[in-house]
Amino acid sequence: MRRSPLLAALVVLALPLAASADEARLAAVMQEAFANAPDDFKPRLVPDETMALCNATGNAPDRVTGDRIVEMAFASIVYPEDGVLMGDWQNGERLAQSGYGMRFTDYPPARENGGNCYACHQLTPQEVSYGTLGPSLLGYGKLHDFSDEAVKMVYERIWNPHTQLPCSMMPRFGANGVLSMDQVRDLVALLMDPDSPVNR
Amino acid sequence: MKPRVTAVSALAVAAGLAAATGPAPAQTEAEIQRGVERYREMLREDPWSNPGLLDADRGEMLWATAAGPNNVTLEDCDLGLGPGVVDGAFAQLPRYFEDAGRVMDAETRILWCMETLQGRDMSDFLVRPHPGGGQPVRELGAIATWVAHMSAGMPYAPALDSARMQDAVALGEVLFKMRSGPFDFSCETCHAQPGQRIRLQELPWLAGDEAAQVVGEWPAYRVSSTHVMTMQHRMFDCYWQMRMPRLELGSEASVALIAYLTATAEGGEVAAPGLKR
Repeated sequence: MRRSPLLAALVVLALPLAASADEARLAAVMQEAFANAPDDFKPRLVPDETMALCNATGNAPDRVTGDRIVEMAFASIVYPEDGVLMGDWQNGERLAQSGYGMRFTDYPPARENGGNCYACHQLTPQEVSYGTLGPSLLGYGKLHDFSDEAVKMVYERIWNPHTQLPCSMMPRFGANGVLSMDQVRDLVALLMDPDSPVNR
Repeated sequence: MKPRVTAVSALAVAAGLAAATGPAPAQTEAEIQRGVERYREMLREDPWSNPGLLDADRGEMLWATAAGPNNVTLEDCDLGLGPGVVDGAFAQLPRYFEDAGRVMDAETRILWCMETLQGRDMSDFLVRPHPGGGQPVRELGAIATWVAHMSAGMPYAPALDSARMQDAVALGEVLFKMRSGPFDFSCETCHAQPGQRIRLQELPWLAGDEAAQVVGEWPAYRVSSTHVMTMQHRMFDCYWQMRMPRLELGSEASVALIAYLTATAEGGEVAAPGLKR
């Protein structure tokens, strides 16, 4: 990697800045950067405990911190009262295609939020426009024998991916209120329904 | 002074491109990407056909036009190399400015000159400093495009020797890595590794080697939105995508991020205005 020694020195300087002594400054910098944020956007400027821990550890938490993050992730999950974790894969496919929602130009909402799964994941063989930031999920249900355990794991993982991987790069779609319970169920079906093109 | 754009050839290419990126539904992303590549090839053959150069020309004119309550031009504006020196100034920005007591990037500095030299109140402008899709870059961005173009071909040589500049770069790195908003995204989510894509869009590795190739292309003419997008607008747009609020132009965070990117791109060449998909 071509990096100047000076820049390398600056990178070292950045570490103490991330530490608590400069947390107040960082908060003030964020307030000034988004000084005209509407009130309902202001909570977005402040990381919650999970993100604070991930930011402080460069997304590589030690064992104890990682366990704490996983514990918080499981505590965030709301399971359906009827116990049905899979919905409609066809609506799941529509949600996987849509990146709409929660940008400051998306208010008042013109349609439901999307999951934008294809931005990062390969899912169905039909959709060739997929990103590579996340792993390919082609054939996911089949690879997991369509088991009930895997269905539950996928529900939890979409709701809050830190259940499986502390400081996962993936958004917490359920825990952060990006997607509704029904939408999460539809995405579970897209991955786990034997009839879904993901598995065909 | 740089040679002028031949407006006719620029418009001809732009018209051809509009046809290539119009609402033809059967076109795949890959075909569009190939179209953009062809367009870039044509630009390399005739560098004066980049539509962004029209905005640079407009910026040059605005720089030399008296405005504001003080009715003066920006020709005494000090971009870091002394009052009125534009050649090569952009290649050394952002930098710490003693008179303003802070680190500034090109746009923040030009804005400061508008306020202090011309005596203008820019608060209304700052509510919507960036153009919508299809709208031309606004006055400040046009001037920044010209200022950047006047360093074209020069290697980035950010003035990293001042403690204030080092502090800005360090802050920028923290911000680059800080996850926030309802999607838990940071700049790093997309730009920490080489060879990654969102859908079919390739993502530059800004924390590494690719910064030197791409940072110097901003401000850039953006084919998909048919206007010049400045670096401040680029940062604003990334935060939009990250589901964060509107980033204030000239804020300490915006300047720090640009300082970090510039430091990472050190040694890369200024190639503004570039051309983006």
